[in-house]
Amino acid sequence: MNLDLSWMAWTWPTAAFFGTILLLLCGMAAWEYASPGGNPRVGILRFETTRGDRLFLSLLGSAFIHLAWLGLVGPNLWWALALSVIYAIGVFRYV
Amino acid sequence: MEKTWNNKAWFLVLPVLVLVAFSAVIPLMTVVNYSVQDTFGNNVFFWAGTEWFEELLASDRFWEAMVRNLIFSFIILAIEVPLGIFIALNMPKKGWGVPVCLVLMALPLLIPWNVVGTIWQVFGRNDIGLLGYYINALGIDYNYVQDPIDAWVTVIIMDVWHWTSLVVLLCYAGLVSIPDAFYQAAKIDGASRWAVFRYIQLPKMQRVLLIAVLLRFMDSFMIYTEPFVVTGGGPGNSTTFLSIDLVKTALGQFDLGPAAAMSLVYFLIILLLSWVFYTVMTNYDAER
Repeated sequence: MNLDLSWMAWTWPTAAFFGTILLLLCGMAAWEYASPGGNPRVGILRFETTRGDRLFLSLLGSAFIHLAWLGLVGPNLWWALALSVIYAIGVFRYV
Repeated sequence: MEKTWNNKAWFLVLPVLVLVAFSAVIPLMTVVNYSVQDTFGNNVFFWAGTEWFEELLASDRFWEAMVRNLIFSFIILAIEVPLGIFIALNMPKKGWGVPVCLVLMALPLLIPWNVVGTIWQVFGRNDIGLLGYYINALGIDYNYVQDPIDAWVTVIIMDVWHWTSLVVLLCYAGLVSIPDAFYQAAKIDGASRWAVFRYIQLPKMQRVLLIAVLLRFMDSFMIYTEPFVVTGGGPGNSTTFLSIDLVKTALGQFDLGPAAAMSLVYFLIILLLSWVFYTVMTNYDAER
């Protein structure tokens, strides 16, 4: 069977992007296996969040950080990536 | 008693995962791939990087459609939610009137969106439409094809006609679930009609109202068919909402890259709003 996926227009950068998301999900699954329960806690947002919530907030926030950087600063996104990593660390530490 | 671990149950989730993969994940991956490339057809793509996102974020057309969409959503929420509560409060709670009212309320919800659009397109015309003809006969200059304000009024009234019933049905479900003991206690205390509404009915409807606001906001933010059938996004661009703009870019102009970038930004906004509403709702449940 010839599975033609050319219509999906894969590129290396987008494959790396999805690969990173997949790795993050695998990492979260391994973390959950090692420490079950999702580590629920009440952080600065004053409502309960689990590890999954914190990953979701990190990814969503990172997407908006990248968009804001593109719109306000320019196309060099390495600084936006660095800012996103700092933001994600902050989310996992304080939210 | 020791808990039994049986991970074979995970296999039961597989069909859902396959379904979600084909209906959501694979299309989303494709959109991400398109958003960083350009194409002229025949599956030939050229790398464009972040160009489409930069173009989109600097585009007046996109932000204007976004503002129009937000204004539309807030207007219809401001009308539909109070109107829905008012109708639900005045609907009969027992007797033959209940099924009659429920069926009448459910009717607009059963009509397909494109049919609703067609009904209002004809209804509002000032040559053959009942509404348009009689409004003009009253001396009011009404023409939704040429006047942007008339077009907005028509689209808003159409949405209110189509979707207020949903708010009514949700509020009604909240109201009928209130035990009679609450009303009896209020009567003993000599509570006014307003006090009964403020301290009994409104708090008891809070959850269904949150669901109603969530559903109506999301739906109005993604509205496409009805305004497209009635006004086609016009006159000019006055009723071009985000989804109409998106379809014009993707299918009208066949600009798949810019359309994919727009879809992703649109998706992220919807995702953020869904998360906010979901968090508010789940925390409200937890507090109770």
